[in-house]
Amino acid sequence: MSRKPYVREMTWRWIFRHPRYVRYMAREFSCLFIGGWTLLMVWGLKQLADGPAAWGAFLEVLRSPASIVFHVLALAFAAYHSITWFNLTPKALPVQLGEEFVPEGVISGAHFALWAGLTIAVLYLAGAF
Amino acid sequence: MARSNKPIVWGPFAAGGTLTAFLTPVLILLTLLAALGHAPDLLAYDRLHAFVGHWLAKTVVAGVVFLSLWSAAHRLRITCYDLGLRADTAVATIVYAGALGGTGAALLYLARI
Amino acid sequence: MSERAVELEVLRYNPETDREPAFQRYSINCPEEWVVLDALNHIKESVDPTLSYRWSCHMAVCGSCGMMINGEPKLACKAFLREYSGVIRVEPLAHFPIERDLVTVIDDFMEKLKRVKPWLMPGEPKTLEAGEYRQTPAELKRFKQFTLCINCMLCYAACPEYGLIPKFIGPAALSLAHRYNKDSRDGGRDARRDEVAAYEGVWECSFTGACSEVCPEHVDPAAALQQEKIESTVDWYKEHLMPWLKK
Repeated sequence: MSRKPYVREMTWRWIFRHPRYVRYMAREFSCLFIGGWTLLMVWGLKQLADGPAAWGAFLEVLRSPASIVFHVLALAFAAYHSITWFNLTPKALPVQLGEEFVPEGVISGAHFALWAGLTIAVLYLAGAF
Repeated sequence: MARSNKPIVWGPFAAGGTLTAFLTPVLILLTLLAALGHAPDLLAYDRLHAFVGHWLAKTVVAGVVFLSLWSAAHRLRITCYDLGLRADTAVATIVYAGALGGTGAALLYLARI
Repeated sequence: MSERAVELEVLRYNPETDREPAFQRYSINCPEEWVVLDALNHIKESVDPTLSYRWSCHMAVCGSCGMMINGEPKLACKAFLREYSGVIRVEPLAHFPIERDLVTVIDDFMEKLKRVKPWLMPGEPKTLEAGEYRQTPAELKRFKQFTLCINCMLCYAACPEYGLIPKFIGPAALSLAHRYNKDSRDGGRDARRDEVAAYEGVWECSFTGACSEVCPEHVDPAAALQQEKIESTVDWYKEHLMPWLKK
């Protein structure tokens, strides 16, 4: 009997094969927003170094509609990155106390609590409220 | 089998992923507030210039910029491969160079503040 | 026992006559509580004896009957018909070449399984007289979950990186390496590093996490691979930046 195994080719459309792959791609695409926003901040540093007028122009650009749309998207994707990252942290860094492993929810919960605390602290220190 | 040197690029990715998970959303929130016309006090020129003028703040800002750009670059590299772009070496060179370039630019600007 | 009508759409491939696989529809009546494997067995016995697929234990232990059911890697013996509505689409496990119908070519996985040296390599060999290798319950718990793998390959069918990079050693084999690395009686971690820390080892994993979502035994391969990544990274930095630590 002759063998003739059939190989199914994988195209880029695999990302739509199952919702979990769409969620994975959304997580990975957060890099465009986090990287893009960071580059925007590098430009902000240049404007800050160039003096008050340049900094004022930077704030003016921030207030453009395109910037607002970008910021809303960037915030959503960055938060999604945080949520997925903290949810997966206990897998990468399990903690065994005595015999038992600390439940995953406790480890990610601690990360979420720290995240919330840091967020409030930064907002407060920056004078947002 | 040759052991991989991926740890060089993965180490800063993991560090950056953790840092951006904790910090980036609130930082974006600050500039979003500015974008909506409610800029927090810190973003006023005099305050921010004085704040970033301190060497400790400069070090932290440079570190945050590097780790954020690096982890984004590394993810982008993987995503390109996932989407079928097979020229991994070229992609890796471009994205990591971009991250280093961005960090270099940030260092130059920080030195002038 | 209540009966229901079930429509199965099964991917067929005959290497002797077909250029490519094609779906074939089967309409059967069967008891409400059947699983997909029961339906396939019924088809083979009384509708179409040419249908080929693997199965053995019918109780989620042997790991033979893995297949794509409505696009999801599943054990056919654990996939209850009542959980599906409409036509149920049955295909061979994704990412593996098709041998015939639902039977895949698994040579690649078998070879990788051997490569990671999945056996105990005692750190300090003992004579028989010296007694057994003892282990505390806490030490057992460290790796217990990674022993539960039944080699069903569902994780390979779920892992996009394995599909994209066939050289990737993949979730199950690397988890098994991790299982031995975490065993207090084992001293073979260095010997396994050549595979685990290789380009084709943990470094092709992008932490999609799909492997852990489809694993029928809750082995959590994604966790094993991330832990190995972190340990490989520590190894690498120790070796390259702190050479004085070398023994």
